[in-house]
Amino acid sequence: MKYWKGIEELESAPEFMKSAFAEFMPVKESHESKDDTSAPRRDFLKLMGFGVGAAVLASCETPVIKAIPYLNKPEEIDPLISNFYASTYFTGSDYNAVLVKSREGRPIKLEGNPESPITKGGLSARGQAAVLSLYDGGRLQHFAIKGQKAEVKQVDQEIRTKLAGTTGRIAIVSPTIISPSTKKAIAEFASRYPNTTHVMYDAQSASGLLQANGGVVPGYDFSKATVIVSLGADFLGTWISPVEYAKQYVVNRKVSSAKRTMSRHFQFETTMSLTGSNADVRVPVKPSEMGATALALYNAVVNGGGDTKTKVGMAAAELKAAGSTGLVVSGSNDPAVQTLVTAINQTLGNAGTTIGAAASNLRQGDDARMAALVNDMNNGTVGAVIFYNANPVFNHPLGTKVKSGIAKVPLTISLNDRLDETGSLCQYAAPDNHWLESWNDFEPKAGYLSLAQPVITPLFTTRQAQESLLKWAGNNTTYYKYLRANWRGITPTDAAWDKAVHDGVMMGTALPAAQAPATAALSPAAAAAQISGAAKPTGIELALYEKVGLSANGSEANNPFLQELPDPISKATWGNYVAVPRKMAIEQKWEQGDVLKVSANGYSVELPVLIQPGQTNGTVSIALGYGRTAAGKAGDKVGENAAPLAMTANGIQYMNTVTLAKTEATSPIAQTQTHQTLMDRKPVVQENSLANYIKNPKEVTEYEKISTPDGLEAPNKVSLWQDYQYNNHHWGMAIDLNSCIGCGSCVIGCQTENNTAVVGKQQVINRREMHWMRIDRYYSSDTHKDSFDTKGKVATYAAMEDPSENPQVIHQPMMCQQCNHAPCETVCPVLATTHSSEGLNQMTYNRCIGTRYCANNCPYKVRRFNWFSYYSNEKFEIVNGHMFTDLGRMVLNPDVTVRARGVMEKCSFCVQRIQLGKLEAKKQKRRPVDGEIVTACAQSCPTEAIVFGDMKDPKSRISQLLRREDGERAFHSLDSINVQPNVTYLTKIRNAESEFFAKEENA
Amino acid sequence: MNSIRLRSLPHLLLAFVLTFAGIQQASAQAAADVKKEGVAPGGAAAATPATAAAPAAGGGDAAAVAAGDALFKGNCAQCHAVNEQVVGPALAGITKRRPISWILPWVKNSSKVVASGDDYAVALFNKFNKQQMPSFALSDKEITSIVAYVTSEEGKGSQQAKAGPTAENQPTTAGGADEAGAGKYVDILLIVLVVVLIVLVVTLVIIGNLMKDVLRGRKDLDGRDVEILEQRFDWGKFYRSPVLRGIVGVVFALVLLYEGVQSVMAVGLTQGYQPTQPIAFSHKLHAGEHQINCAYCHTSVYKSKSANIPSANICMNCHSQIKTESPEIKKIYRAIERKQPIQWVRIHNLPDLAYFNHSQHTQVAGLQCQTCHGPIQNMEVVYQYSALTMGWCINCHREMPINSKDNKYYDNLVKLHDSKNAGAPFTVSSNGGTECSKCHY
Repeated sequence: MKYWKGIEELESAPEFMKSAFAEFMPVKESHESKDDTSAPRRDFLKLMGFGVGAAVLASCETPVIKAIPYLNKPEEIDPLISNFYASTYFTGSDYNAVLVKSREGRPIKLEGNPESPITKGGLSARGQAAVLSLYDGGRLQHFAIKGQKAEVKQVDQEIRTKLAGTTGRIAIVSPTIISPSTKKAIAEFASRYPNTTHVMYDAQSASGLLQANGGVVPGYDFSKATVIVSLGADFLGTWISPVEYAKQYVVNRKVSSAKRTMSRHFQFETTMSLTGSNADVRVPVKPSEMGATALALYNAVVNGGGDTKTKVGMAAAELKAAGSTGLVVSGSNDPAVQTLVTAINQTLGNAGTTIGAAASNLRQGDDARMAALVNDMNNGTVGAVIFYNANPVFNHPLGTKVKSGIAKVPLTISLNDRLDETGSLCQYAAPDNHWLESWNDFEPKAGYLSLAQPVITPLFTTRQAQESLLKWAGNNTTYYKYLRANWRGITPTDAAWDKAVHDGVMMGTALPAAQAPATAALSPAAAAAQISGAAKPTGIELALYEKVGLSANGSEANNPFLQELPDPISKATWGNYVAVPRKMAIEQKWEQGDVLKVSANGYSVELPVLIQPGQTNGTVSIALGYGRTAAGKAGDKVGENAAPLAMTANGIQYMNTVTLAKTEATSPIAQTQTHQTLMDRKPVVQENSLANYIKNPKEVTEYEKISTPDGLEAPNKVSLWQDYQYNNHHWGMAIDLNSCIGCGSCVIGCQTENNTAVVGKQQVINRREMHWMRIDRYYSSDTHKDSFDTKGKVATYAAMEDPSENPQVIHQPMMCQQCNHAPCETVCPVLATTHSSEGLNQMTYNRCIGTRYCANNCPYKVRRFNWFSYYSNEKFEIVNGHMFTDLGRMVLNPDVTVRARGVMEKCSFCVQRIQLGKLEAKKQKRRPVDGEIVTACAQSCPTEAIVFGDMKDPKSRISQLLRREDGERAFHSLDSINVQPNVTYLTKIRNAESEFFAKEENA
Repeated sequence: MNSIRLRSLPHLLLAFVLTFAGIQQASAQAAADVKKEGVAPGGAAAATPATAAAPAAGGGDAAAVAAGDALFKGNCAQCHAVNEQVVGPALAGITKRRPISWILPWVKNSSKVVASGDDYAVALFNKFNKQQMPSFALSDKEITSIVAYVTSEEGKGSQQAKAGPTAENQPTTAGGADEAGAGKYVDILLIVLVVVLIVLVVTLVIIGNLMKDVLRGRKDLDGRDVEILEQRFDWGKFYRSPVLRGIVGVVFALVLLYEGVQSVMAVGLTQGYQPTQPIAFSHKLHAGEHQINCAYCHTSVYKSKSANIPSANICMNCHSQIKTESPEIKKIYRAIERKQPIQWVRIHNLPDLAYFNHSQHTQVAGLQCQTCHGPIQNMEVVYQYSALTMGWCINCHREMPINSKDNKYYDNLVKLHDSKNAGAPFTVSSNGGTECSKCHY
């Protein structure tokens, strides 16, 4: 089996190989250095002399530091003790119940709320990064009239006067709203102004799904599924409720020698998505063929028959065999496809099982209603329009028509948090509070309620949007009182209310019944007819998709954490690109970074090429949500907006036929994957098939042996070093590669916890990103002898020649392995990195002099060097605002040092959390309880792939897991070099197709 | 013969010097011991919750009294003392004044009792400027235990009030006396020694001169003897000696180097830093004379990283009633009125790269505040007592045994340590307390 990280590595291109093992790219000087002119040596010496003198002088005077206590200390706040408040993160895309970690009144980190029956303590990468958006200087900091600062009273008065005088229709445009009280406030507004309509639309629309299911998202339960077929639904990454689905999905993906079963996952998709990378069988399909695939599946499952040699046939056969434990989902926005999917699910009879959970409210947008509104605005029949956290000018495919429509509406109001593409066109801006400054309630699923509470007073002169609407409707209550009154029915007593606020979640229903979709559902027969009657497009097809980091609505664009989060598959940061299959790139002689002009609908974007293994031949893909022009300093002009490329003729379809033209320009893509090339030793990652695992779990992992005079021995039997003795604790981590889906939540969790700098696109290109942990994504291709029989020898050899066509993917979280025999420790000339009595590889920043020997000697390449003073160098003011500006600094974790220039840093196993947990235990005169001390990555993992704990405690989860998996799946990365890491990986087990069909033939 | 005698003079001097130094050292050590003893006031000892149990007196149930003690300190001590009127009345003799059946409802909800028209309650209410006692959600048993504690403390306090300062100050004054006594003794000894030395020197010179005269008187001396006799010390030669010059030069250079290094090492050291604070708050008055528990104002010292500079509302617990006319107290009123927090000057500044947690040292290690902050109860204006350098931290971590008593966290570690290094103390550093990432991360 061959693993590779990127096409460059697969091809072993000479340019790549030249720098493959270099820690950093050789950086081109921005200005030519001529010794005599720009910086002669004597000047340097003079400057240095002056500098030393100045430093000595400056250090003679001790600055006076003030200690300023509270005037009236709130009872529950003790300085430097964190408080946690339950709240809810929902910004129109994914829902997460969260706990807000607050220090001295400042929210500094979000963590998943374990009480939530939906997200169960998991938190997405977007959720992890959301705390940074609170301190976003790009937010509108005051009310405004035509972009100019205005008094709140004046705005209120003018709006109320104008609303009263409005004759035409009043429209409130918003993304999906799952808040019962907000809906009630909107209803109250509508009763005051009776010609008001509320139009919801989603930037990644699920209208088709809603239409086929009576206006709600079916309550999927992946935990009960044994066979999952996804038609382009990226349910682990972006589709509807990824954290919830990932939690469920992984239940049947975890294996142990006691449970040797796994669900099987088929994925038919165009773009290599996060979900596709985790699938057992991934089939590249053109967007236009998705309907045909659904129809074939429908015919095979419902009407029987079908060719089991095809992948669709295999999927159908398996679904039928699974019956009620089968599940089909589709990410298509075509009502016909969704109708067929619903019909398949009905035939499977999975209503009580895999579609047995409560229906989800997370998508309610109706494309038809929105399209009608856009037309009405342009026709001049709309008297007023209020945009509530909606930015259709940017993220709606009809953005230009929305723009022209706004000009024709007499009264336009924006409740958006900033003067974004839409808000800047509106006459009035009454910015909404950030959700961390707001009260709110949510009902993500029927019967599941959750609450958001403010954890900080509004930073700017903003007002909660619901309060604005109520005020304009003549109701002067605060939204809190309104919400509380609304909850009297659910929590009659104050105690019950307090408990609900404390827990953040509770069971109960408050949302009115879902609005029926504007268009009636199709019958399966009509849907089938519609699909088979559709014209087949010719030419190159475009698929528009959403990234795991930035949502399609672009609302997080000004969040540098998410901009720099490497895409789980392409590992690209800072911007979108045209993902093209390798075959097309070879045919067209495109190289990575060549800028293409992509045109459709009379609109074109110019974006660089990224060669994406697994991309369907004859298609290209572009991510939505990029190319903001009014998001803020960090988010503006990053990538291009691809939303207008979508088909809008018959509902919104996130695909189109496009023409591609190469331009002269090139634009480098900041990819991280090939940056840290590991030593060329195997095995770094290990995987095996379920069939082998069922046969003998002890043989799925390859343990390397070393030749010694006494014969072959395990590497740790031959050692130069003495072993450490750990008396107290021995911290360790186990990462189950079978559960890790590669979502990147841990990466952002680590970044917020450990004050890691954001470095910006150019520095990522220079390989200087600072993330303490990364998720290595390896492509691999495997050829089976079986495929000689199934595909024929010629086809198999052809596939072997081009492994990048549809490779398998494996995700491996990689951070400091805390080696017991750490190579970094022995080379540090100043003992800045040493070993602790608890097994930690300690990094002491104030001792480090920056020789970088340690990074050089690290076989895992997990040490990151601070090339700049990211907190004070003007170059990083925009991207690294969270260390640079007073506003941004409020998010920093006060327990972790902000590292200076010239210092090496790396994962510390969240030593600040270990120390805190130990101290709490000591204060209570007991040993720490397992699960009390967890690292930020382990805590945020939605699939519980990362387990952290004390390996000295025999009852801890990690000890039990390691005992169980010892000799079976547990392995150390690069075991043969005997650095004895404290991080243990568990071999990935694939429920791959070849074995399955071999088994079926036998049966 | 002559030369031998002359050589013995320096020996004698050396012996004197050594004796003197020895005595001085011994007395200094004694003073240090005394000092250590003197800086541990009862207040701070009682501040440790674990040691809150007070001895039972008056035959009361010891457990109830102990529980009452903790409850009293937690709930009542803000406004009440046993033998002294603070914000509320002194509680001594409460059982004689009121029956327990009256006390229970009063503590639970005093306004209800006042509203019920109870004469005693109304009178009490009016006597204390109609200031209401807050309600306490305590059980009957808890209130009874507080009363038991109050009864056990009755009278004791007045004794303590008298005895307290003496008992408390005794070690200090005794220590002072000891120190002064020792000092005086050393002085006298010194003077006697100097006098003896002078007498010796004078005697020696006289003897020398006498000898010389005697020798000169003798006629049987040859030329060499005369030469020796008439020998004069050549100071010029001494001055020109390269060896001596070299020695002086090296010594001078070494002293300069030492001083230089010392001054460089002292950059950023702020030991003794004693800035003027915006309000002339006296720890001597509050912590020393009034014995107010440190944790009463520094509320989070047992639970947080920071000890917490008290907020104005904590001052107001007492100063809404006490010394309201003082100009210094008025500054607090002004701060509250203007909503401008008081900007104290921070004295103990650790660099950002060092992590220090108060609760680890107070709650877990059971250290007294004075161990690092010095005799805070004697400071009119607080100054930085300890060096707060890394060497200072590390030194303590190397020497200080872990407070593992009754702490299950350490049980197994102590066993392991004892089995391996019998006899050696289980110090902080032997448990990894000097590793980098204990304080730097």
